[in-house]
Amino acid sequence: MTATTSLRYDDVDVGDQLPELAIPLTRTLIVSTAIASRDYQDVHHDPGLAQERGSPDIFMNILSTNGFVGRFITDWAGPDAVLKRVNIRLGAPNYPGDTMTMTGKIAKKDDGVVEVEVRGANKLGDHVTGTVTLELP
Amino acid sequence: MTTTADATDFVAQLKSFEGKEAGGPERGADPVNQPMIRHWVEAIGDDNPVYVDADAAANSVHGQIVPPPVMLQAWVMRGVRPRPTDGGNPRDELMNLLDSAGFTSVVATNCEQEYHRYLHLGDHLSTSTIIEAVSDEKATGLGVGHFVTTRVEYRTEDGELVGTMRFRILKFKPGTGRGATQDGDGSKPRPKRPRPALTQDNAFWFAGAKEHRLLIQRCTQCQELRHPPRPVCAKCRSYEWDAVEAGGRGTVYSYVVNHYPQVPAFDYPLPIGLIELDEGTRLVANLVGVDAADVRVGMPVEVEWIEHDPDLTLPAFHPVRSERPRAGQPDEGWPGPQRAEQ
Repeated sequence: MTATTSLRYDDVDVGDQLPELAIPLTRTLIVSTAIASRDYQDVHHDPGLAQERGSPDIFMNILSTNGFVGRFITDWAGPDAVLKRVNIRLGAPNYPGDTMTMTGKIAKKDDGVVEVEVRGANKLGDHVTGTVTLELP
Repeated sequence: MTTTADATDFVAQLKSFEGKEAGGPERGADPVNQPMIRHWVEAIGDDNPVYVDADAAANSVHGQIVPPPVMLQAWVMRGVRPRPTDGGNPRDELMNLLDSAGFTSVVATNCEQEYHRYLHLGDHLSTSTIIEAVSDEKATGLGVGHFVTTRVEYRTEDGELVGTMRFRILKFKPGTGRGATQDGDGSKPRPKRPRPALTQDNAFWFAGAKEHRLLIQRCTQCQELRHPPRPVCAKCRSYEWDAVEAGGRGTVYSYVVNHYPQVPAFDYPLPIGLIELDEGTRLVANLVGVDAADVRVGMPVEVEWIEHDPDLTLPAFHPVRSERPRAGQPDEGWPGPQRAEQ
């Protein structure tokens, strides 16, 4: 749930933890986010073809991973946050039936700009790790 | 057999793509629009009001409706019709060159987006893509391969640069990864762990491990415990000894996380602990069920047994959990070696 009022730069400190966000990875979620990002690669919606290509099941596409990273940040920071940069590294795939739990903490803070370290982990390990750079009012 | 000269030549060929435009520019099918934003935020479950609520957006720093910045790539996706693969552009040539050398699998590894400004309804984006870097051959968890980094620039119709994206993929040879297992991609089975050097002094310890018994050598004259096994008691010089079974609990006395060099039988990063058992002796063992970054000196741990192959069973230690699995039974649910995506 996006905070209705935004965090202010002075409200946050290095080391602050973001509220954890658990994303249940339903099949509907993986398919609907892939299609909403106009990504029709079969491995993101067709289990049979995904298996032919050596994957046990369909898995989340990268655009959606970015989508959840963005949501995780503004759920916490509110509508006045301005994202400047999202830098992610991809790891274990997000398969249906799993849950991705997103955690984050403030790594740097300087002159109105905040850098947050984010991590989204599923039961296989880290699906995504990275940093988000944003401006707070 | 590939000679060194051939390999150097191949890498030089790959490097010749650096700096080239990947292909022609691509233009988004539609300008930034509310229906696509709505589909996106509903699917992602993102209820930030500035994406869909004109009043809330007007009262925010954005001043008007904006799409989620992380949606950048979506504005120029081709949709259900695939990109024509008629070749003739450097992207296809580079991919074909890698394919023909056996690097046929692909996985995306990194994505870095920068937003020079938030987009507005009506912005119509086009991209130009440069092949920024092609790496030397790298041994990775997924397999031996080359990283290919592209840099995409997103511009509006009047040429304003609004976003950039650096995207890295790994093109790798399937079945050459350290994580490759029998059920991985159906190619080579995982190599076995190195064998311990068995002697008449330490054989009892490995025999105990096969039975899931964690043994500690004991001097029968002065009762002093010792590990690793050796013939003489350091305290009383007696050669007489027997062994007692440890309870299986202890703490991390020290540890290292091994990244390199990498041996195919192991998964990396590999946390290795020096475990101080409750009985007082210390032993070296793998740490499992814990992220390498989360290992701490003093962390309470307990033993579990890993049957690496029919001839080799070794103890490993995991953090003590509240619902304690019985020592001697490998817990279900530890992540196994990870497999390739495609």
